[in-house]
Order: sequence, then C-alpha cells, then structure tokens
Amino acid sequence: MAAAVARCVHCGFCLPACPTYQVLGEEMDSPRGRIVLMKEVLEDRLPLDHALPHIDRCLGCLGCVTACPSGVAYGDLLTPFREMANAKREPAAAFRRRLALLTLPYPARLRLAAMIAPIARALRRLTPDWMGDLLALLPPTLPASVPVPGFAPAIGARRARVGLLLGCAQRVLAPEINAATIRVLRRNGVDVVVPREQGCCGALSMHAGDPTARRFARRTMAAFPADVDAVVTNAAGCGSGMREYPLLFAGAPESDAASAFAQRVVDVSVFLDRLGVVAPPSLRAPLRVVYHDACHLSHAQGIREEPRRLLAAIPGVSLRSLDDGELCCGSAGLYNVEQPAIAAALGARKAAALLATRADLVATGNIGCLNQLRLHLARAGAGGRPMPVLHTVEILDHAYEGTMAVGTTLAS
Amino acid sequence: MNKASLVSRLSKAIGAAYVVHRPEDLVVYERDAFLVGRALPDVVVLPRTTEEVAACVRLARAAGMPIVARGAGTGLNGGSIPIRGGMIVALTRMDRIVEVDAVDRTALVEAGVANAELTSHVAHLGLFFAPDPGSQVASTIGGNIGNNAGGMHCLSYGVTTNHVLACEVVDADGNVFWAGSAATDAPGLDLPGLLCGSEGTIGIVTRAIVRLMRRREAVRTVLAIYRSFDEASRTVSQIVATGILPQAMEMMDEEGVRAVESQYSLGLPADGAAVLLLEVESTASAADRAMNELRAICAAHGAAELRIASNEKERHDLWKARKHFGGALGHLAPSNYVQDGVVPRHQLPAILARIREIGRRHQLRIANVFHAGDGNLHPVILFDPREPGMTEKVVRAGEEILKACVDAGGTVTGEHGVGIEKREYLGWMFDDATLNVMRRLRDRLASRGTMNPDKKLPIGSHEPFSYATAAMLGETST
Repeated sequence: MAAAVARCVHCGFCLPACPTYQVLGEEMDSPRGRIVLMKEVLEDRLPLDHALPHIDRCLGCLGCVTACPSGVAYGDLLTPFREMANAKREPAAAFRRRLALLTLPYPARLRLAAMIAPIARALRRLTPDWMGDLLALLPPTLPASVPVPGFAPAIGARRARVGLLLGCAQRVLAPEINAATIRVLRRNGVDVVVPREQGCCGALSMHAGDPTARRFARRTMAAFPADVDAVVTNAAGCGSGMREYPLLFAGAPESDAASAFAQRVVDVSVFLDRLGVVAPPSLRAPLRVVYHDACHLSHAQGIREEPRRLLAAIPGVSLRSLDDGELCCGSAGLYNVEQPAIAAALGARKAAALLATRADLVATGNIGCLNQLRLHLARAGAGGRPMPVLHTVEILDHAYEGTMAVGTTLAS
Repeated sequence: MNKASLVSRLSKAIGAAYVVHRPEDLVVYERDAFLVGRALPDVVVLPRTTEEVAACVRLARAAGMPIVARGAGTGLNGGSIPIRGGMIVALTRMDRIVEVDAVDRTALVEAGVANAELTSHVAHLGLFFAPDPGSQVASTIGGNIGNNAGGMHCLSYGVTTNHVLACEVVDADGNVFWAGSAATDAPGLDLPGLLCGSEGTIGIVTRAIVRLMRRREAVRTVLAIYRSFDEASRTVSQIVATGILPQAMEMMDEEGVRAVESQYSLGLPADGAAVLLLEVESTASAADRAMNELRAICAAHGAAELRIASNEKERHDLWKARKHFGGALGHLAPSNYVQDGVVPRHQLPAILARIREIGRRHQLRIANVFHAGDGNLHPVILFDPREPGMTEKVVRAGEEILKACVDAGGTVTGEHGVGIEKREYLGWMFDDATLNVMRRLRDRLASRGTMNPDKKLPIGSHEPFSYATAAMLGETST
C-alpha cells in the first residue's frame, strides 16, 4: 500500500475522472483526497471511522487509474484498506453490508429475496430506508430460470474449449445472457464446459473488502477443469475480480495457483475477438448501437476496443459515441445499496448521455451496469418505451439467430 | 464569533452539507500541488452561487478569519494553502457553463468549470478556450484567472488575461461587482487585467465572460528528437529568427522523456537528449508550407528523427507526452519541486548549463521542460522528502535557479504565479517604490490580512517556507 501512496504527486489529474468528485465536488470524495485520508489512517494520525464515510463513497470504478499519469495503483490500495476497515466497522453498518453479501452472491437466496420483495415493498413504511433501496434494485418479477447444460459442444469444426463462469447474480437476474453466450460460443466452434460446482467468484465480496472472498475464490479455482483453454466470463466485475486473485492470495500458499488461474481468465468479448468471430449475417434493418464501457472492463482490465470490434463486425450496426463515456454509471457492485443518492445521480447522468446519442439500443458487458442503465433509462424515458439495454453477446446472438428487431421482439 | 458559531451560521447560509469543519475532512484541504508546503484551514465552504460566496465572505470577515479561494487545487506555488488558517472558499461546486454565444464567440462560465471541460463543451461549434495549462483537465477557470495561467499554446494565443472580458467578483467585504464588460474594449480602468493574476488577494472571481477562439482549418504537429540539447536550442533560435510563429514550441530533456515514457510507452528513445514539439495552425496550404520549413530547420540543426502526426490520434499521443509530464513525475521520485522561470530565448542553452551546474553542486536530479518559444522553463527538482534536510536543500536550489533566470534578464514566474513560493523573489525584480504601489493598491481593495494574506507580494521574511519545511521534516512519507 505504501508504494501506491508514495507515487501520488497530488497533481489532481484524477479529479475529473472521479464520479463522486463530479457529483459532490469535494476534495475528500476524490481519489487524491482519499489517498490522503488512507495515508493519515495508516500512519495513525486519523481514526479510521473518521475517514471511512469517504472511503465507502468510492465506487471502486478505477476511472482514476486510467487518468493517473504517475501510475498510482489505486485499486491495490483500496481493496486491502477496505478489508482492514471492515474488521473494525461498527456492528449495525457491518450487518447491512453482510446482509447484501449474504444474499447477492447466492443464487438460491437471491431468488428467495426477489420473491419476498413484493411483500416487503408493501410494508415499506415499516422497513428502514436502506432496505427499500436494496429492494428497489430487485426486478418486480424474476425471469424464468433457464436450464444450462453442463456441456455444450461446438457447432462445426472445434476451434477451442472453454469453461464458462455463470455469475451468481447474473444467472438469477438475467439468465438469457448465459444462454446467448453459450449459443454464440458454440456457433464460433467452441466447446463450452459449465462446471456444476461453481458459485460466486468472490468479486463482489473482494471489492467490498469482505474476507469471504477467499473462500469463494478457492471454490471457483477448484471448479474449473485443467483441460479448458480459458475461463470465460461475461460479467466485467467477475472478470476483473478473478484476475485480481493474485492480490487476494498474496503471500498465501495459493499464490501460484491464483496467478495461473488469473492468467486463464478472459472476458467473452476478448476471447471472441482474439478467436476471430464467424461473420454474422446482415441485419434486416440498420441498427444504431451505443456501447457503454463497464468500469471493470475498461478501467480495471483495459478492455475497450474488443467489444466495439465485435459489434462493428455485425453488418448493419453503426456505433454511436457517448459523451463522458469513461464515467461510471453508478452501479458498482453493492454501491447502489450503500450509496443510493450518488448512485442515482450517476445513473440519471448516464441515462441522459445515452439518450442524447439517439441510438436504438445500448450494449454493455456487465450485469450490474445493465440493471442500473435499465432502471435509469426507464425513469428518464417520459412514459414511452425505454431505450433497450442488452449484453454485447446478446446482440451478437440476435444477429446470428436473425431475431434482431428493435421495438418488437427484443427483450429488454 | 467563535468557530462553532461561525460553522452554524455558515451552515444556515449555504447548508450544513457544504460546510466542512471536521478534522478528517479538513486534512484534504491542507495542500495543493505545491508539494513543499501545507497548512490546515479552520473551515472550508463549498458554495453553489455567487450570493452564497458573498454570504460566506461576510461571515468570515465578521469572525475575523482570513479567506482563501480555491479551485481544483492544482496550483504549483502554494497559493491556495491557508498559511494563516481561516476559511477556504472552494469553488468546485460552481461548475456550470451558463451561456455560450457562438456568434460573438464568448462564454459565461462559473469559476469552478474545469478548463478542458469548457473546450470540450464548445468543440462541436469549432471553438475552444485558448489558455491550456498542463493541468487543464482538472484546473478551473477561476484558478486560471487567479494565476493568469498560460499553457502550451500561449506563444501565439497569449495567456488567460488576453481571454477574459469580464469577471463577477465578490470583494473582501462580501459585495458583488462586475469588472469589465462583454463588449470588447471596456472603458475605465482595466479591472479584469488587475484581477487576472491577483491570486485571490483582492477578491474572489465567481463567474467570468471569456473569449472563445475558432479552430483553424488545419493543424500540423511534429516531434523532433535530438542527441544534444544544444542542437534543439539552436533550432528554436533559428525558427524565431526566421520569423515563423508556431502555435506551440515545447522542449523536454531526457529525464522528462523518461517520466512520460514510464507511463505511456510512446516509443520515445531513452538515449535522446531532447525532444522538441512543434505545432502550426493555419489554412491547410499555409500550415503545410510552414511545417516544411520547420522540418528543414530541424533537420539542418541535427534532429536525429522527425515524427509527424498523420492524424488526430497521433497528434493527441504526441501532446500527451508533454501535457502529462507534470503528473507523470511520480514515476521518477516521491516528491518534486517545479520551477517556473523565464529567460530571453537566446539564453536557453546558457540557463540549462547553469541549472545542471546547480543540480550537480547540490547533488539533485533535475528534469527539464520548456515552453521554448517564449523562454519559459520548468526545471523540476526530484527528491525524496524522507531524507533529512532534503526539502530545505531543494528549496535553496530552486531559489538559485530563479535567481539565475533573473540575472539572465528574465523573471521568476512565467505562468504558475507567485503564491507563497516566490513572494520574496519579487524583490529581485522590483524596487520598494514599485512594490509599495502594488501593496497600496491591494490594501485599498482588500484590508490587509483578509484575502489570501501573505501571498503574492513580499512580506520581508521567508517564514512560511521555514514553516513548510519544518512540517515536511516530520513526514514519514509523501
């Protein structure tokens, strides 16, 4: 952590890249300010609970890492700091945090929570505010669960064999993304192995600084067989989390295994781009697409061009550019639950920017962003049909299947 | 009025959420990008309107507290560090672009709008805001006005004062007035001229009407790489002698190249002794003609390699090397001290030799970037403040460099302003008669000790520096 602190020369180039600074305009809610606060705490000059509200307000979007000319590894500072902080948190706050972390990463519990959500909503006046914010995130009805085979063979000549991470929240909230991913991979000559033993990858807990992340990570590493060319994920947060396993196990016995595993992890967009996608047929009508960069793809993994290339490879698709595209949409894991006001301000900002592009639909590569954008595009669209939001692979899937028809059959 | 009662009145005036007074929040406002000094304010306010700024100023005055205006805190002279304590007025929430007039090419903006934000807001109209300091992604228009900021292109476009038509000001008593006029050539005393570069010592600029410039038809950019610094310097002298006026003429030595290369891997050679970045803007044919001449001059003076930007992305990459230099210094050392001297252009090789001699004598590493076109140099002393006695040594070496600039017929600041850093050095340039006129003028407009006290003009002592160095000596890290 000390190295990351020493690198900062206080130049302020991170300020415009920081979503909370953009919303709040306060130094203590900027990357530069938070580095000062963390340093003061680490050097015993400031009590932890004084600094914590501002550290908690950080989205962990890592926009500052992209902006920093001195290469300050802000993420490597934030994650261990949060873990240290969580151990000392006051009990009520710790419980709220735990409640979300005891629900979201477990598909069965999340499904149950969504089922009882309408009852809780009805009793809203009796529940605390923070619970209402958690409930608002859950869709009114859950999509029917889609059975996923343990193995799906390549169609045509086999070009690769991969393991697929299903994502814990994603498989409950948007199971169609995994179904589309499997169809697209198969069509590109890829054998898809879906290990039954997999659960949450631990990214959500890790980025919140919760020690359960290590348990999740161990199970994930054990779940994937050695004979796959890559561990493919279609959720930005999961991908960046799994690629951070070496940090999670630094100095631990699992360190080497974590590094080896992290190197096999790849986002589905990068995997397909490297493999070279089978050209999809031309769309029946031109489609204007605006691509939203998920922070955990762009800032955390440097993945910006690959998804855009995949979309541009679909004949009929034209890509629109988005103002302030580097700025987080406010989803950021548990952030929506813990900082609803800032999350909503960022969501509204992002929705306005997306609408200004006049695109037909939004493509993105992360379940968290997807939900956040749908929520805020629905709020922003004055009663009309909201701008649809789809995962990049879903658009590719529609193109292959010939089912792309904006305004009619598109699920959103 | 004690502090608690001031905080409660400020909260009533602008909302409790925007009055910062708890120690953990104040600590982030004790410094800006001037790494060798710091001081805690008593309270920080984050007003959203001019009226709120005025209300805060009146309350601070009633409480007898000094007032320090602050933008994004990217300043390099310590100007926003509250060395006498008191209230910081942070203008970062006043970030609205109120109005753009595309026909008359002006914009009405609040002081907290970031410089680059304004340019990106008007880019679709083919317009831009010309002052472009290295900090432009973050630094605010208000801060640019306070320090009369320059930038890479001020060689042809001038500095901030040339682009400010009028400012709305909250004076030291909390009264609001407009200086200047949206019409060009405002009659009366040149108040905007006085405010530009006054560093918050006579009032707080809350809004401004600024000039916007039209993008020219074509822009051509070339990066020339040299094996010797003298060859690069001679190229600059020759270009000036020829009468071509490039829009920008930037130079960087090998330490500077190393810093940006660590972050951006632009493929600049590690063994090149200097790089020169030249840009011309004009009609396409005139720009091409000028660029051909410039390339010929570079080649004739020993340029080992010429890289020409063939598209906007390549141009952007070449500029990135220069604009992100200051921020990339963390790659070279945990702390740095940036100088801002000016010398007549023909003195560049001589001053560089002198800077190297000073570095050798103090055993300090110094990286150099220059706005070569106007003889403005930024030697950067790289150091680790954890070494005992280091900070004092660095400040001493910095002082020697600036003295050498003045001796060479130049000045102690080109664009970073004076702040606490160069206050006493003004005595090298002006005699007491001149300085007293400045003091009298300032004291008439803002009672002594009220607005950003003990900045900008000499107080006859280096005391804040000794304060700063003492604080730094207690540091365990930066």
